[in-house]
Amino acid sequence: MTDMHHEVVSHASEEKAHSALNTKTIWKVFWILLLVTVFEVAISFTAIPKVVLIWTFIALTIVKSYYIVGYFMHLKFEEVPFQWTVLLPFVLIVYLIFIALYEGTALGLIPG
Amino acid sequence: MSSQASATTAPEKMWSGGHSPFNMRWGKMYMWIFLISDAFTFSSLIIAYGALRHRFADIWPDPDLVFTHFPFIHAHVPLMYVGLMTFILIMSSVTMVLAVDAGHRLKKAATLKWLGWTIVGGFLFLGSQAWEWYHFIKGSPEGAYVLADGRFARTDYLEPGILFFNDGTRVVGAEAEALKATAVKNIIGANLKENEYGNTPLFGDFFFFITGFHGFHVFSGVVLNIIVFIMVWRGVLERKKDYELVEKVGLYWHFVDLVWVFVFTFFYLV
Repeated sequence: MTDMHHEVVSHASEEKAHSALNTKTIWKVFWILLLVTVFEVAISFTAIPKVVLIWTFIALTIVKSYYIVGYFMHLKFEEVPFQWTVLLPFVLIVYLIFIALYEGTALGLIPG
Repeated sequence: MSSQASATTAPEKMWSGGHSPFNMRWGKMYMWIFLISDAFTFSSLIIAYGALRHRFADIWPDPDLVFTHFPFIHAHVPLMYVGLMTFILIMSSVTMVLAVDAGHRLKKAATLKWLGWTIVGGFLFLGSQAWEWYHFIKGSPEGAYVLADGRFARTDYLEPGILFFNDGTRVVGAEAEALKATAVKNIIGANLKENEYGNTPLFGDFFFFITGFHGFHVFSGVVLNIIVFIMVWRGVLERKKDYELVEKVGLYWHFVDLVWVFVFTFFYLV
């Protein structure tokens, strides 16, 4: 009886995971990715200041990554502990970006 | 008894036993762990590129003045060709999700169809990248000049006779001819030591290394997809009633698409 109950729970959650990504959602994500890319190319030809453009591109790249990793790679529908396991290491990448750009400015300028 | 224990535990308490915290089979998880390490490799490459581009911002070429070619069009059309490549890769990601979806439903014919289109998309992308590399390496008819005063002047194949500099200034006519006549060096195309796009070999080096490393990932992905296609076709997964292998190569394929999104932003847009 209790085993049955457990079975039902895990089966239901699996069912949820599969039905969450149906063909309709897949095509919706495709259109989002395509439109964001077209938008990026379009604004790159405008006279918007370069600094604004760069930050917009970076923000939109993160938006696109969210849809690719979340929906296409299905991470949004995996267990929460697994999502943390995958995403947390990238804190180190943020740190690396900080060091590289900060130190990179002085590269080759300080006599060795 | 263990069943008793799981009954008394609320399902929300993830770590109190009776529930797999990741609820994932090892093969798929190993693919994820590999992709995390691969993501670190690509991040390091792109961050190194960013740091050096930031350092040499004054001499770094403007990508809109480098990647201007498009097949059969004799004009400067920046971003359109890589835009098309991005479209091809996103499209092949969609067909891959549809293949994984068909696999979940144990539909062999549909899995084969979508996996087949994904392989076609992969070949289209590889072909596009070969075309891009060809034009990058071949360069323009006249290339660029390193002038006697050390300045770096580029030429424009659509406007023969002009010279232009990284800061946007242009020189035409007899003055341009005089500068060319006294130039120290004429660089045509690109290799690992020099390129006609800017006065730094780093631009070409990073271009070859990062797009090459990504292109090799796409190539590996196509090979993996072909192997899985053959396995599905021969009914190996059908007999096991388990299409998780499609999901595993699918993860790899989407990751390759994800990396391209970053390469597209940092090499071509910014």
